[in-house]
Amino acid sequence: MSVAPVPVVPLPRGSTAAMIGKGARDWLPAVLVLVGVIALWEGIVKGLHVKRFLLPAPDAIWTAFRDNQSTLWHAGWFTFQEALGGFAIGCSVAILFAVVVARWNLLGNALMPYAIAANAIPIIAFAPITNAWFDPLTKTSKMVIAAVLCFFPVFVNVVRGLRSVKPEQLELMRSYAVGELTIFRLVRVPTALPFLFTALRVASVLAMIGAIVGEYYGGSLDSLGANINQDASLFQFEKAWAEIVIACIFGIGFYLAVALCERFAMRWQPRIEGAGS
Amino acid sequence: MTAVTVTGVSKQFKGGTTALQGIDLEIEQGEFVSLIGPSGCGKSTLLRVIGDLIEPSGGTVTVNGKAARQARRDHDYGIVFQDAVLYDWRTVAKNIALPLELAGWDRERRKERVNEMLDLVELRGFDEHYPWQLSGGMQQRVSIARALSFDPALLLMDEPFGALDEMTRERLNGELLRIWQASASTIVFVTHSIAEAVFLSTRVVVMSPRPGRISKMIPIDLPQPRTSATREEPRFFELATEVRESLHMGDGREMPLAATGLSEGAA
Repeated sequence: MSVAPVPVVPLPRGSTAAMIGKGARDWLPAVLVLVGVIALWEGIVKGLHVKRFLLPAPDAIWTAFRDNQSTLWHAGWFTFQEALGGFAIGCSVAILFAVVVARWNLLGNALMPYAIAANAIPIIAFAPITNAWFDPLTKTSKMVIAAVLCFFPVFVNVVRGLRSVKPEQLELMRSYAVGELTIFRLVRVPTALPFLFTALRVASVLAMIGAIVGEYYGGSLDSLGANINQDASLFQFEKAWAEIVIACIFGIGFYLAVALCERFAMRWQPRIEGAGS
Repeated sequence: MTAVTVTGVSKQFKGGTTALQGIDLEIEQGEFVSLIGPSGCGKSTLLRVIGDLIEPSGGTVTVNGKAARQARRDHDYGIVFQDAVLYDWRTVAKNIALPLELAGWDRERRKERVNEMLDLVELRGFDEHYPWQLSGGMQQRVSIARALSFDPALLLMDEPFGALDEMTRERLNGELLRIWQASASTIVFVTHSIAEAVFLSTRVVVMSPRPGRISKMIPIDLPQPRTSATREEPRFFELATEVRESLHMGDGREMPLAATGLSEGAA
């Protein structure tokens, strides 16, 4: 076993250029895979004469994308706003509930089983009903679905995070004779952060799914989901695929934004896992 | 002056286990007292009762002439656990400064004090590191610096070096003695290790289990300051043997022949 003090390597903080360079090298294999898949797709569709309603070729999708650019971005932005709104509402309410439940155990014992059971219900099935509750043409009706989808993972994870404080950390705080609120701020919240961000990543994806699926059941024609639905039934498959691409772009962007916030909020974390002494 | 007075302390846990029974203990200011005993003898419980982290079922604890609770509110305790219990999201400097922050020290004074502490535990230059970047021994030194930062009257240590390898442990033992002498604090130290207890302490309190009680107190008259040479003195071995035999007697299972009738007195 190593006995001597482990050599301490300072974080390569500040060297942004070096980090970007390293980032590019890390991303290179993934980019190559993407290029390869698109080339293969193009080759198969052209070579085997696949019918365009089954699978349009990438270059046809690209043409549809280019020709409808402004409507596509507009629809994507519309749907993204719904997802973002639902995300914000769902996550805020979930965090609020989690704090209350983690603080008062009795309440937690009363509510937790239902939260977990409710999590197993395919909430998306309620989309037609929320469309009936709220005007289906407004963003609100989709925000509600997205919010409900976001609620459970965030709620369950934050409760677990707030409770996963080590007993010694609490004893130490007790020895400093500080109140619950200070313990909450200085110990519980930072301990819960990794749990929170794991949940927020999941929620960001769920919010986009919630908004788009909600739109399938009837939504404004400005929205992505309604457009995909309509174009598919009108045999405009290239355009439907272009809309899917836009949905991907917004979805991935959303996810990365959350991941970036995570990096920022937890700068103290090791960048490479498993290097601890 | 008496730093700690424990009178008739007992502790029953909810399940009915008697962790402590009839504990009487007086610790003078500036003493270094080790509590040693097998697992389950209640030594950690006793330490927590002294620190007002656990409420005793009976008896009283007085620290510097005050009830334990008042002493805790007055920030009289510095505590070090077996795990360093550093806050991962705080740098070394900010971990050390935490009790100072909570006590309302201003930034300048905090900074000055943190630097003093970093010098004391020989971690200068590591102030901006995060705990995960340090070795186990270094983390424990940060934990000690944090416990000492606000100059507590009493330092409570619960097997602080228990998770470290033997070489690191011996080095930190030496450092702890140096720090103890420099800061003139009173230390109550829980350990499993006979050698560690004898090397560090001015007095070793031997405890025995079921129910946890004090079976013997052994004053350690090794001269100060102690160095690695101390570990090789005949007197060191004599005292270690005495502690070992008291441990086995208190156990009630194993009675080494050589020790029969030798140190029966305090049981």
